Amino acid sequence: MNTLDVAAVRRDFPILAREVRGKRLVYLDSAASAQKPESVLAAMDHVYRTHYANIHRGVYTIAEETTSAYEGARARIARFVNAAEPAEIVWTRNATEAINLVAHTWGRSRLSPGDAVVLSVMEHHANIVPWQMLAAERGIELRWLPVTDDYRLDLSRLAETLDGAKLLAVTAMSNVLGTLNDIPTLVAAARAAGAAVLVDGCQYVPHLPTDVQAWGADFVAFSAHKMLGPSGIGALWARRELLEEMPCFLGGGEMIRDVRLDGFTANDVPWKFEAGTMAIVEAIGAAAACDYLDGLGLDAVRAHEVALTTYARDALASEFGAGITVFGPDEPTERGGAISFLLDGIHAHDVSQFLDEAGVCVRAGHHCAKPLMRRLGVPATSRASFYVYNDTDDVDALVAGLHTVRDFFGS
Amino acid sequence: MAGLEDLYREIILDHYRSPRNRGELPVPPAHRVEGFNPLCGDEVVLFLDLAPDGTVTDIKISGQGCSISQASTSMMSAAVKGKSVAEVRRLVRAFKALMSIHESKLEGESGDDLAAELDGVRLGDLEALQGVVKFPVRIKCATLAWNTLTQGLDEAGAPAE
Repeated sequence: MNTLDVAAVRRDFPILAREVRGKRLVYLDSAASAQKPESVLAAMDHVYRTHYANIHRGVYTIAEETTSAYEGARARIARFVNAAEPAEIVWTRNATEAINLVAHTWGRSRLSPGDAVVLSVMEHHANIVPWQMLAAERGIELRWLPVTDDYRLDLSRLAETLDGAKLLAVTAMSNVLGTLNDIPTLVAAARAAGAAVLVDGCQYVPHLPTDVQAWGADFVAFSAHKMLGPSGIGALWARRELLEEMPCFLGGGEMIRDVRLDGFTANDVPWKFEAGTMAIVEAIGAAAACDYLDGLGLDAVRAHEVALTTYARDALASEFGAGITVFGPDEPTERGGAISFLLDGIHAHDVSQFLDEAGVCVRAGHHCAKPLMRRLGVPATSRASFYVYNDTDDVDALVAGLHTVRDFFGS
Repeated sequence: MAGLEDLYREIILDHYRSPRNRGELPVPPAHRVEGFNPLCGDEVVLFLDLAPDGTVTDIKISGQGCSISQASTSMMSAAVKGKSVAEVRRLVRAFKALMSIHESKLEGESGDDLAAELDGVRLGDLEALQGVVKFPVRIKCATLAWNTLTQGLDEAGAPAE
């Protein structure tokens, strides 16, 4: 396994040369969105500069080149998550849209009033609200897997909760707690109950090697922008047989074979779910991101994050002791690199403000997980999250910034 | 570049550490109104005792959130308590005008609208929140209490002017 040469990685990211308020940029918000390496920027720029055209329609050379790059990007993403074939990857605007696609198509055609969908209290709103909308529209029942006091999914009543359910929709890694959920176990339980499974892979796919076939789920949603790719592109992986049965999502050009006055015929999978001109160049950028990550090796990425997260948790504990609450599992192997915390008596917003003065970017708020916030009993947290370009200097800057804010507000 | 001393002035910290008028009032006859800042989890709860003519005879505040939102709530409560509805409405407009200034206007450009709103209005402690405009993301924190107050007055049927 390679180990990550962080100094070399940092040189690949142009934005890290930026200063904020005279300080170097310490970007600790990759859980919200990741920065982009030169190779991704160059790949997208190259398209616009040398062969950009719309895809699937043109007979001319540059249209052919761009079509090939776009479909090649689909195949690249498919390989990145070990999908059985490229046709199982539907490009979307982001993971939120991917989940909405499933709710609107699979959900609307398969779920009837009284059918149950099982969610968890630690879900991001993207994996809650579409199901709530469906519940309001057609009376499906929502059930919830609780979160334990030690920040894990409470699986003590898993079989009972899944009994008679049609779908389990759950995150592979919490964006607030960093908690890694045991997807194979959850899938097995869902299968035993006859339920399908949707996995929110947003935080997982960028940080750990992903194998959708090994997971055995039915749907996996993820975003390119959290894995070093551009904003505006994400993907839904789904089993081909499900995609074949699902009705169309958005209607328009490209997703059809034929349109007559009296109706239309849908295109083949996966194009039947890609209406209009898609984010062509962004898809190509996403493929470049896969190349960059595989170049580093995801095992090395994971090892780096485990080490950095351990360093950070140790530093926070030793510097602030009882004056800080750190959420999420202690075991580095049971969590990812997103660390939510609260300094005693100081609001997350004020913490973020002070950290900004020091050039340190952390997120403050509810992180699109209000049910989880209520479960934790807090209105908001600060969250620092690590990725390939972060190092121990970044953690030290975070700690120094936290000292400053705590000294200012007093105890 | 704006420094944090512009934002976290001493009087703001004072109101944050020792908020004025904290507590609750029996509902009814008081009106209870809640406001949230959905982006960040700031929460403001106001209890308003209004005379028939809309005068704010008593006000209590509670809630939780960042120093700016809670200080602004405390300062607001001190500013409006005992005031007639006309005075309160004018204060709200003046404060919102203060919050909507852009940096360029702070550096001396014409602020006719602002001048009109502020004419005759004594903002007192509230002036300290002027620094918030240099940190646009925090403006919502400062205005939350005021928007919640306006909502409460409207819901209680207080005169619009």
